[in-house]
Amino acid sequence: MSSVLVFADSKNNKITKASLETVAYGSKIANDNGGSCTVVTYGDIPEAELKTLGAYGAKEVVVARSASNDSQVLSKLTADVVSEKGSDVIVFSQDFTGKAVAPRVSAKLNAGLVSGVIDYPNTSEGFTVKKNAFSGKAFAYASIKTDKKVISIVPNSIGITKGEGEASVSDFQGTLATAGVTVKESKVKGGEGILLDEAELVVSAGRGLKGPENWGMIEELASEMGAATACSRPVSDIGWRPHHEHVGQTGIAIRPNLYIAVGISGAIQHLAGVNASKTIVVINTDPEAPFFKAADYGIVGDAFEVVPKLIEAYKNFKQANN
Amino acid sequence: MKFLVCISKVPDTTSKIGFTDNNSKFNEAGVQFIVNPYDEWYALVRALELKEANGGSVTIITVGEQSDEPVMRKALAIGADEAVRINAKSDDSFFIAKQIAEYAKNNSFDVVLCGKETINFNSAQVPATIAELLDMPLVSLATKLDINGNTATLERDVQGGSEVVEVQTPFVLSAAKGMAEQRIPNMKGIMMARSKPLNVVEPVSVEAHTEILSYELPSGKTECKYVEADKMDELIELLHNEAKVI
Ligand SMILES: Cc1cc2nc3c(=O)[nH]c(=O)nc-3n(C[C@H](O)[C@H](O)[C@H](O)COP(=O)(O)OP(=O)(O)OC[C@H]3O[C@@H](n4cnc5c(N)ncnc54)[C@H](O)[C@@H]3O)c2cc1C
Ligand SMILES: Nc1ncnc2c1ncn2[C@@H]1O[C@H](COP(=O)(O)O)[C@@H](O)[C@H]1O
Repeated sequence: MSSVLVFADSKNNKITKASLETVAYGSKIANDNGGSCTVVTYGDIPEAELKTLGAYGAKEVVVARSASNDSQVLSKLTADVVSEKGSDVIVFSQDFTGKAVAPRVSAKLNAGLVSGVIDYPNTSEGFTVKKNAFSGKAFAYASIKTDKKVISIVPNSIGITKGEGEASVSDFQGTLATAGVTVKESKVKGGEGILLDEAELVVSAGRGLKGPENWGMIEELASEMGAATACSRPVSDIGWRPHHEHVGQTGIAIRPNLYIAVGISGAIQHLAGVNASKTIVVINTDPEAPFFKAADYGIVGDAFEVVPKLIEAYKNFKQANN
Repeated sequence: MKFLVCISKVPDTTSKIGFTDNNSKFNEAGVQFIVNPYDEWYALVRALELKEANGGSVTIITVGEQSDEPVMRKALAIGADEAVRINAKSDDSFFIAKQIAEYAKNNSFDVVLCGKETINFNSAQVPATIAELLDMPLVSLATKLDINGNTATLERDVQGGSEVVEVQTPFVLSAAKGMAEQRIPNMKGIMMARSKPLNVVEPVSVEAHTEILSYELPSGKTECKYVEADKMDELIELLHNEAKVI
């Protein structure tokens, strides 16, 4: 195994955080095996931004400036760069784009894919990766038996390592596939809001908050901490919060460093989406709430008293540490 | 419109997860199986609604063994017209997708609908693999679907929001929350399901690309440390110095 190709996604013409993690991951595999790491990406990303991928370990970056986010376009692009570079390992992030593109690339190359990977591969005997299974309730060790290997890693499972260096940047020279899907309207939030799937800190609340008008303190705590906000399913079902904030078995699965759950009972379907979090804090009036069994730190108390105190305590901490 | 809905059998969301045979097999003892929620609540129900509005047919397909038939009957009871079981068991997404793609190729469907992922393997690999094998466009993580003639309008989740997209049939989609509401089968549906066709088809020969070697349960959580409700400074200090997450 010598050559690693990493697919990097972008948002607002910046490489996403999850993709930086993927580049660092791919570069480590390449380095450990005496190979080098190339990145393929698309969109109108400034040259300077692309060069900085060198600091995460990439040697070269190939960019297809006019490619759209369609899965047919991006999978052909990736497969073309694989054959040009002779890559053996192709790494994606298990994010919105990765889910649509990685399987297509794998089918094009007739190369095995394992998604949901949360650790570095074990190459001592074959090629084995650890992945999430049973919605966070277990892990599986899967081996890829084909010569070329495709993997997609869960955001925030490895962490980002940054060093020094600049990558060389070149434009993709091949032809792009035609997109079968045309985007009519984009409803992507502008600005620099913290994306839930990449967030290191998440403040989440459930039905215990009684009504949407009470989310002000949750948003305040989140913005003080630089955290993303999330919610339980009933809360998004009744429209208190937007549906993309819903975490759990039927929502999105996240693995932040810190998950603060306010007024959420901790049903098994909710835990499925959050129990991979490194540290869990639970605030609940009911000492018997099941969430305490999954918590690292528990506060038995009324959210309407505890959260304002927590905001104040955090503000003091921030001041003291500045 | 001919709809093909891919249905998989999964352990109920509240199942206790355990393994046997040296942690190489899922322990099915005492486990209740259901139709994967995304396949049932979203993909299947939306296909049925569109069929009821505009005519057509809904076929469900499962790559699985005879023991998968009870959950397939449930999908028929909810309203699918016919079922196809590809008689094979596999954990390999490529194997599964290839079987479905072969069947779809020979029976030309307008829309192939999958769930966004199974709740046991969480792979999210089968839908896009089918799309590639059929050389069709894919709308991944779709939350809305409407069809007018040969043009479908969908909404899909993307990072930080959503997009409204348009695509011509035939195409493949993976369904996420929002596309439809759960339907509970009624007595009439359950009775009718018994006599609906469930065809068993032998698999095409495919080499699996991957293999699951073993499973592992997460190591037990350490005891929860309680902090008093009026001592939030103490919590912050623990998060900073002990957990080191802030
Ligand atoms: C197939 C299936 C899939 C599902 N998928 C998901 C999923 O993906 N995500 C998800 O979240 N759920 C999911 N659910 C629903 C899940 O089972 C629970 O119903 C849901 O998580 C409960 O939400 P909750 O904790 O906000 O509300 P509740 O269960 O009503 O809990 C509210 C909690 O708030 C506490 N509380 C009340 N007042 C206060 C106060 N003033 N201060 C502090 N605490 C207070 C209460 O003690 C209680 O523990 C799914 C269910 C099924 C059947
Ligand atoms: N064995 C199977 N038979 C039929 N459809 C399946 C099977 N496995 C997965 N699918 C479909 O593919 C979707 C995604 O599954 P996965 O890629 O395994 O996460 C599911 O929601 C189903 O719609």
